[in-house]
Amino acid sequence: MEKNVDQTENLAVLSHPLSLDVEAEAQRIEASIREMVFKRLKRKGAVIGVSGGIDSSVVAFLCARALGPERVILLFTPELDSSSENLRLGQSVADALGVRSFLEDISPVLKGARCYERRDEAIRQVFPEYGPGYKMKIVLPSIDEDSKYSLFSLVVQAPDGAVHKRRLTADAYLGILASTNFKQRARKMMEYHYADRYQFAVAGTPNRLEYDQGFFVKNGDGSADFKPIAHLYKSQVYQLAEYLGVPEEIRRRPPTTDTYSLEQTQEEFYFSMPLQQFDLCLFGKNNGLAPAEIADLAGLPAHAVERAYQQIESKRAVTHYLRMKPLMVEPVTECEIKE
Amino acid sequence: MYNLQRELRDFIVTNFMFGDGAGLADNDSFINKGVIDSTGVLELVMHLEETYRIQVKDNELVPENLDSIDNLVAFISRKLAAEQELVTAAQA
Repeated sequence: MEKNVDQTENLAVLSHPLSLDVEAEAQRIEASIREMVFKRLKRKGAVIGVSGGIDSSVVAFLCARALGPERVILLFTPELDSSSENLRLGQSVADALGVRSFLEDISPVLKGARCYERRDEAIRQVFPEYGPGYKMKIVLPSIDEDSKYSLFSLVVQAPDGAVHKRRLTADAYLGILASTNFKQRARKMMEYHYADRYQFAVAGTPNRLEYDQGFFVKNGDGSADFKPIAHLYKSQVYQLAEYLGVPEEIRRRPPTTDTYSLEQTQEEFYFSMPLQQFDLCLFGKNNGLAPAEIADLAGLPAHAVERAYQQIESKRAVTHYLRMKPLMVEPVTECEIKE
Repeated sequence: MYNLQRELRDFIVTNFMFGDGAGLADNDSFINKGVIDSTGVLELVMHLEETYRIQVKDNELVPENLDSIDNLVAFISRKLAAEQELVTAAQA
């Protein structure tokens, strides 16, 4: 935990190749939001699912500045495994902006879909003793661990506090993933309910790392009418957050997945390294820099940067289908959208 | 040995290449060829454990054992030989 706070503090120090003219960038994004929502989507405002994390908070601030607070709705969608902190921090964003907000507990929807039951059945394939009172999360090895494969493990905490970790089988992993993906899809379903109700558009909140690496659920958090920060590296999101006045408590918090019952960072679930280091590796790769040129800045040995470059490419390829539009046998030209 | 190689190749081609294994040589790296991702490695390990009744330990999850058909054949052959030695020792 302590480590993550320090990482957040280091963002400003490590990220100088990514430093933004925050005022100009905020203005550019806000103009684009107005253009997208009013002119292209022809909606009256924006709905944002707010998690209490940095990305959704920044999107909420940008939309409120771009469209006006009366044209913004924030939605809180906690479920059984959510931390109450998330809701409190999300509400602090609504308070700061003076916008409407709605609370929708999605646990009954998830119970109806047997999300928790299906997940627990999959977990018991690996931990037969798993049951009430247990908590869990899925983790990846760190990039500096010497395993060449990046294989998922399951961590469970028993009611007596004892923590156990075992390698996942393919069946158990896919079973857990397919079950917990109900959460992101139920959240998006609720966001579109409010979008329909008020004729608003749904704002997506992925940053560049998430968008590029496919760290989203198709038709879940990957679905939206517009994605105003999908071009920004994570450290740039932090810079904007400070400029926009996002509450400090949110800015200092380690990014989580808000999916599993044990506290889990995005680093251990998906990125295998602290996000500010991943930011620099992605920037280096995107800009054709040799691993050695990024290594010192990222505080990583060159071979770890090299492996990060390979993992970036591999995740891009594996998640390509998540970013694809639905395929058709032939185009229906009569109703094709003219961009 | 021939059968083991054919079995493993069939599994890889059917499961991960949708039946089209024409471009995959027995010594080609699955990673470099983009044949298998991390979920695929878990699938492969599950298949090996179930089909050959072996236990793949965490420290055996390395490309030297799993990243080509040749490496798989060598790895499974070693594992099966080790199992056989244990059975023989138990019977002696």
